[in-house]
Amino acid sequence: MYHVAYFLDQLINGVTLGAIYGLVAIGYTMVYGIIGMINFAHGEIFMIGTFVSLIVFLLLGLAGGVWLPLAILIVLLAAMLFTAIYGWTLERVAYRRLRASPRLAALITAIGMSIFLQNYVQLLQGARNKPLPPQITGGVEVVNTTNRAGEAYAVSLSFLQILIIVLTIVLMVVFTLLITRTALGRAQRACEQDRGMAALLGINVDRTISLTFVIGASLAAVAGLIFMLRYGATDFFVGFLTGLKAFTAAVLGGIGSLPGAMLGGLLIGLIEVFFAGYFNLEYKDVATFTILVLVLIFRPTGLLGKPDIEKV
Amino acid sequence: MAANIAPASRPAGRPVDRPVDRPVDRRGILIELGGTALVVFALTVSLVGFHIKDISGGITLDLRFVDVASAVAIALVVRGWTILMRHGYHRVVAISAAAVAALLVVSLLFGGAGVQPWLPFKAELLQWLLAVLSAGFAIGAGLRISRDGRSGVAGHDGAALDEQDALMDRVGAHVQRNSLWIGGVLFAAAACFPFMPGVNLQYLDIGVLVLTYIMLGWGLNIVVGLAGLLDLGYVAFYAVGAYSFALFASPDSPLLQDLGLTEGISFWLCLPFAGLMAALAGVALGFPVLRLRGDYLAIVTLGFGEMIRVTLLNFYSLTKGPDGISNIPPPSLLGYSTQSKMDEETLQNTTEFHTAMGWDFNQADTTILLYFVILAMALTTNFFTVRVRKLPVGRAWEALREDEVACRSLGINPTNTKLTAFGFGAMFGGFAGSFFATRQTFVSPESFTFIESAVILAIVVLGGFGSQIGVVVAAFLLIGLPEIFREVQEYRMLFFGGSMVLIMLWRPAGLLAHREPTIRMHGRKGRGGRAEADRAT
Repeated sequence: MYHVAYFLDQLINGVTLGAIYGLVAIGYTMVYGIIGMINFAHGEIFMIGTFVSLIVFLLLGLAGGVWLPLAILIVLLAAMLFTAIYGWTLERVAYRRLRASPRLAALITAIGMSIFLQNYVQLLQGARNKPLPPQITGGVEVVNTTNRAGEAYAVSLSFLQILIIVLTIVLMVVFTLLITRTALGRAQRACEQDRGMAALLGINVDRTISLTFVIGASLAAVAGLIFMLRYGATDFFVGFLTGLKAFTAAVLGGIGSLPGAMLGGLLIGLIEVFFAGYFNLEYKDVATFTILVLVLIFRPTGLLGKPDIEKV
Repeated sequence: MAANIAPASRPAGRPVDRPVDRPVDRRGILIELGGTALVVFALTVSLVGFHIKDISGGITLDLRFVDVASAVAIALVVRGWTILMRHGYHRVVAISAAAVAALLVVSLLFGGAGVQPWLPFKAELLQWLLAVLSAGFAIGAGLRISRDGRSGVAGHDGAALDEQDALMDRVGAHVQRNSLWIGGVLFAAAACFPFMPGVNLQYLDIGVLVLTYIMLGWGLNIVVGLAGLLDLGYVAFYAVGAYSFALFASPDSPLLQDLGLTEGISFWLCLPFAGLMAALAGVALGFPVLRLRGDYLAIVTLGFGEMIRVTLLNFYSLTKGPDGISNIPPPSLLGYSTQSKMDEETLQNTTEFHTAMGWDFNQADTTILLYFVILAMALTTNFFTVRVRKLPVGRAWEALREDEVACRSLGINPTNTKLTAFGFGAMFGGFAGSFFATRQTFVSPESFTFIESAVILAIVVLGGFGSQIGVVVAAFLLIGLPEIFREVQEYRMLFFGGSMVLIMLWRPAGLLAHREPTIRMHGRKGRGGRAEADRAT
């Protein structure tokens, strides 16, 4: 019974972590799909999302007790808005002029932006870890058993985890509808296929690419909020590893594929948590990167990606 | 994508030449200014406007709305100047920008604490930056006025940008053509540097650091510049070199203790070994991944870099984890030690260099020796690169960079060719790593983070892919300058990231980028670079 309980515990943790990776991975995959560059600074956008969430939480706390669901909704919207502006500016300032340049130039610029944003936040907010007290407490007990030492071991699904999973699913559904059903989504997909042709057919390519960054950044902001609620602390460096793993997730799912990014995020979250839970905590990052290497060697298009035909 | 790095092309988004006497669109300008203000306000209101402050038992918020207001004001002024420049009001810009710059400089120099509250930012450095920015606008506008005065025709912005670009292209071409001369002068300067008047220990240390990065840049240039493989994990080989050196050279290393040795092995014996280990690591890591396309390869190498760091951190029995390996001896010279302080037992067995020569011990001598060791190592790397370009394998690297499909159809094995480039690049990284270990006398995983890889790559890319002198220039700009201005330590990485972005936006192919093929089919006319075309017109 203990083994099942432990497994269940890890599963719940893995899914919540996977939700964060999946939401960040969508930003990577969309940008890669539309302009073919790795937006290396996307992890930093996520980090800004955690800071904005924290600031708005603190503001609401100073303003007096706000009904918790309303508070979370306000934080969610504010974080999405302010982080999206960072995403938009990033594209406008750093990437737009380099669209026709060698790929490497865009990647270097993205790395430069990533370093810049990290230090920008560090200078403004200090290098110390910023804690957020738990906002949502309580949960539903799923299994109650004893561990090997005979102590009580309860696996519970906290309200927070339920919120995270529901929020992620709702967002993914809205996002999927946005891409598949709306004019914006059609424009986005058209630009992905052929930017020149889309421009000839009257699609404002610049605006579509900007919107891609805005959508990616707002989803990363949601991931940032979830991260704050779940792990209760942030600093200027959280974006680096999260971004790297989210990118791994996007590659695992097949870069350019939106369902792939969600699936990849979930898988990476599960792999990381299970590896840490069953094998070795210290080497969990090595496990993630090993997966990345293996996927790229044996299935470079990822799980759900389309094969990339090399044209001369 | 056929080639990993496409040849330099011009960005598409450049403004087209437009006549200056076009009617001024007031509404458009207002929208533009309003948009700028709104965006800057929205950017700054969250992260600048609120400061998360630690207090006992938690955190609270500090308000900093003055900073937000000044950021918006500055953005408006700068945008306003840009718009005025675009519409041909150069005189207004020149006068107002010069006035602002003069005001800032005067109040910074003579104002003291009294005027500080009137200035927009708390940090003095940012004020200076603003002053420089305003001065830049003033000079730019002034130049335009004088040129327009001379030619009698109002110029266009697009033309000015193109002119700048062509100028840098010409500089790049000149540098490449005269690289022998420039290299000789640079070498002479580098060789004389330790003996120049006014060079103290601090400058020597900076010189050693800059040379280390030049060597790393040249090593990575083999991989990125010649073979066109984007390696974001170069620091992995640097780390392998440093650790394999430290494990054999330091008497404290767990490996030597396991082997029952009490004394480290000499620098000159460990150095080739460290290079060999790094090259092996390069080949072993490169083998599975070199089939991948450019940016995937970049991320995988990044992953490798992190994997090596995490392993060094956790493999305690070999690497002592976060404690690192200390007590690495400095290099010896002709069998004599250059160390100053040693315990009695070691002193009996070795002769110190200064004793053998009958000199007084001087700390600077050790640093000068280190300086010449790294100079020699860096020059070896450079010599290797310059010569290998003339060998079949070097030619194959460059061909592979230009067009992989064509290479494959000509019978070049891409994987093996890339593997040699990766291995050689890693080897020089390993050499540099052993030098790093012996200079620091201490290695720990802390020194081998991703940021190091990014710095080295930035040096290569900013200098211009494949340009050996470009690497030197970029290393001075990125490593030397921030080291000299140590007071601005806090802002160092901010400027580092910012200048990476700005240089890439200005010159997407690198500062001194001017890629002429190493060999041509039909003399100089075969595939003229831009410079040739410019001269012809």
